[in-house]
Amino acid sequence: MELETKVYQKENNLRIGKLLKDSLSDISKSRFLSFQLAKRDIQAQYRQSYLGIIWAFVTPLATAFVWIFLNNSGTVRVTDTGIPYPVYAFSGTLLWSIITESINSPMGSTNSAKGILSKINFPKEALIVSGVYKLLFNSSIKVLLLLVFIFFFGVGFHWTLLLFPLAILGGVLFGTTLGLFITPLGMLYKDIGRMIGFGLGFLMYVTPVVYAIPTSGIMKTVMELNPFTPIILTARDLAVGMPLMHLTYFLIVIACCIPLFFIALLFYRISIPILVERMSA
Amino acid sequence: MNEVLITVENLSKKFCKDLKTSLWYGVKDLASGLSGNKNERELRPKEFWAVKDISFELRRGECLGLIGHNGAGKSTLLKILNGLINPDAGKVTIKGRVGALIELGAGFNPILSGRENIYNNGAILGFTRKEIDQKVEEIIDFAEIREFIDMPVQNYSSGMKVRLGFAVAAQMEPDVLIIDEVLAVGDIGFRVKCFNRISELLNNCAVIFVSHSMPQVARISTHVMHMKKGVADYLGSDIASGLRMYNQNYTIEDTTVIGNEFIIKSFKLSDIEGKVKSTFLASETICLKLDFVNNSDYKDYFISVVIMDANLNGVASLNSLSENTKLDKKSYSAEVSFENFFTPGKYAINIVFTENINSSEYSFGKTLSNYRNLTYFDSTGGALVGTVPIQMNSKWKF
Repeated sequence: MELETKVYQKENNLRIGKLLKDSLSDISKSRFLSFQLAKRDIQAQYRQSYLGIIWAFVTPLATAFVWIFLNNSGTVRVTDTGIPYPVYAFSGTLLWSIITESINSPMGSTNSAKGILSKINFPKEALIVSGVYKLLFNSSIKVLLLLVFIFFFGVGFHWTLLLFPLAILGGVLFGTTLGLFITPLGMLYKDIGRMIGFGLGFLMYVTPVVYAIPTSGIMKTVMELNPFTPIILTARDLAVGMPLMHLTYFLIVIACCIPLFFIALLFYRISIPILVERMSA
Repeated sequence: MNEVLITVENLSKKFCKDLKTSLWYGVKDLASGLSGNKNERELRPKEFWAVKDISFELRRGECLGLIGHNGAGKSTLLKILNGLINPDAGKVTIKGRVGALIELGAGFNPILSGRENIYNNGAILGFTRKEIDQKVEEIIDFAEIREFIDMPVQNYSSGMKVRLGFAVAAQMEPDVLIIDEVLAVGDIGFRVKCFNRISELLNNCAVIFVSHSMPQVARISTHVMHMKKGVADYLGSDIASGLRMYNQNYTIEDTTVIGNEFIIKSFKLSDIEGKVKSTFLASETICLKLDFVNNSDYKDYFISVVIMDANLNGVASLNSLSENTKLDKKSYSAEVSFENFFTPGKYAINIVFTENINSSEYSFGKTLSNYRNLTYFDSTGGALVGTVPIQMNSKWKF
């Protein structure tokens, strides 16, 4: 039997095709590992908690409630959104939480695997894939809650709802791609993680999460350029059956994300040995 | 001749001493990593070579014992061989499946049960679900923890965790095995089991074995490499010379004195002719001369000489009680001689002054003074067989 040969030397193999092939074959070889890692984390998370699944949506729910309260009490008056405001606010905070979680996921998975990264050689892509599994698990719980909202507030069923999971997938892809690019630097400097958390807090207010895009002014321009906007809006429009105003931009963003995702994956693959070297023994 | 499984050519790796600088170099390396970084790599400020210019070849069935003092670069070398970090120069070619016994129980989650963690750990070690399904019972039996297998791992003792970790790792069937001192754990029964499993693997693998236990190295290695400051200053199949280098590079511990009732004014080691030396051949006579003063009020005492091996285990002792002379003077110039029957290695001498209470039972007087690591001697030339520190003279008839 011919033995598999591995060569380690300083030059990185920069033939993108070969790298990508290796990366994809590692992903496919490590299907069980990524599944097992996700299962481990989800099991452990819920076994040590009574409220369990509630924590998955308590933050977006709380943010939505604050805005629903602000709006209903007249403290803040948001422009008409075309659907019941609670549905608008909750769908917004929920989609937003899915995207931010996706951005943080690659770094989180890598950080928590620090201990084994410096000891054991396993396909690192499994960390990313297990992160995606966990995201999908959490998102599906959130989506179920959103469905309750949609029917409770009388928005009712539209056939576009069936496409909603695709938009969620798009959001996860978008977030994970961004997160993957940030991870190598973020693993070196703690500042990066903090900056992301801080920056996302601001970014939410230039994204139509809890209020719609204004009809004019600088805010309109900024919000329309913001690549987060089409993802939130398209997903929401699909869920509640409103006309898809931002579908083109959405498709452009997703079309850019697919090649970028693979580039980010290669960047991650190249970076890991450099990071392991700088990490604790 | 078996096939060569590991080829290492002029391998070098540098590290940075300063964290902030290291992180900044990390950023630079990330950037240059993207462009291939084919340039010759020189040391940048605050960097040093952790591994420098290492070359060797290892075939199936051979075992390379990697020895050296802390910080010599052994672990770094293992990490490169295991593909965790990339070298800065040189090349490693490894054929076949690599198994690393570097960390046991990787991927364990403390909340989950032992059984669930077998799957977690197994997945990280590269097993498929089917393989684990098949082996799970065998793993539980090997670890001998069936009773507790459905208990959360956080309630396991550290020994039990190690057992479970090793039991999973023991299922690997690698071509190349990398072992880093994980074996010095667990109780003695389990350790024997580990050794037996590793011995089974030895014949079919190329093994790289890092240990500070020289008897272990001597027992399983076919080749030995001694590293010092990143450089291999000995590489060969003469295990004894490698171990000798290891012993020579000992940093001598200072003598620790507990109790100041007795002062050792001077001491020296010599051979039978009085020539001062510290390296003795097998069966040579070792003379220890000792000038000391008794500052205490104790009139009746005895001296013991305790000889410790490199792991600070006492391996032999002699005492002045056998001489039947009462020690009662304020100062003595004593001399004791004994035969060097020690297995090659480095040994420390402790001197203990103890009150003599002439008891026929096994009770002892007060320890008046204890000189730990008073001096060292090297034993050389004897046969390096087994792991036992003392080689007795014996008469055989066949």
